[in-house]
Amino acid sequence: MVAWTDAERKAIQDIWGKLKPAAGQKLFTIARIPCLIVYPWTQRYFSSFGSLSDAAAIKSNKKVAAHGEVVLKGLGLAVKNMDNIKATYAPLSVLHSEKLHVDPDNFRLLGDCFTIVVAAHLGRAFTADIQAAWQKFVAVVIAALAKQYH
Amino acid sequence: MSLTAKDKEVVKGFWAKIAPKIEDIGEDALSRMLVGYPQTKTYFSHWKDLSPGSAEVRKHGKVVLSGVGEAVKTIDDLTNGLLRLSELHAFQLRVDPANFKILSHCLLVVLAIKFPDDFTPEVHVSMDKFLGAVALALSEKYR
Repeated sequence: MVAWTDAERKAIQDIWGKLKPAAGQKLFTIARIPCLIVYPWTQRYFSSFGSLSDAAAIKSNKKVAAHGEVVLKGLGLAVKNMDNIKATYAPLSVLHSEKLHVDPDNFRLLGDCFTIVVAAHLGRAFTADIQAAWQKFVAVVIAALAKQYH
Repeated sequence: MSLTAKDKEVVKGFWAKIAPKIEDIGEDALSRMLVGYPQTKTYFSHWKDLSPGSAEVRKHGKVVLSGVGEAVKTIDDLTNGLLRLSELHAFQLRVDPANFKILSHCLLVVLAIKFPDDFTPEVHVSMDKFLGAVALALSEKYR
């Protein structure tokens, strides 16, 4: 069981509040760009998505945008169930392992990229304490996603 | 994943933009590392004040970022350029090399915050590769 301080809960809910509206999905698409460019081997999971050859292609790719929405919904689940992310994510973990065959190391890469994008979006409001809380949340999400791999 | 000519050009160009602010950047990156990854505090038990923005953090942030600046200057031969620093980290400081990745991440976060327009995905990838190469060169003398 993960223990969250009140400050950490507030930080996560605050960040989520700023990401949730349409901006959030756009943001995730934007996070996808760095991830697919900075770690190009992650493109292996999106071979059916069409052209991902450069930032412009990724930005205008409708499948990437749609996928961004799917992933953001998943993150929202974690935000709503902060005290039980492991159980909440069990089916998602099985999906990523058994059906999607995603190497869990990719979760960490995307997590880092997303953190950097969130930082750019929030600017100075993304203080050291808030970054720490956010990264703790991301780490818990990643652990839960990797839990059902065997 | 070695640095291409393009990577080096991007890194040098970006560094020129951020060089005037290395004291702020260094302080911010180090603060985030100490707060977000408390295990890194073990290397600074001799400091009086490990809180974000303390005089010691600010001073050391500048030292570290100046080191990265040195690496930019010797980007064509990091192994030799960072020999002295590698020996320092290996034999005196004995910092576990896993921590280089942590500080690199914190530095990228700070750069994204402070330079939102310049820190494009292309700059991000070149800087990420560069910091990885620096970490490798710093680890050279460890064993």
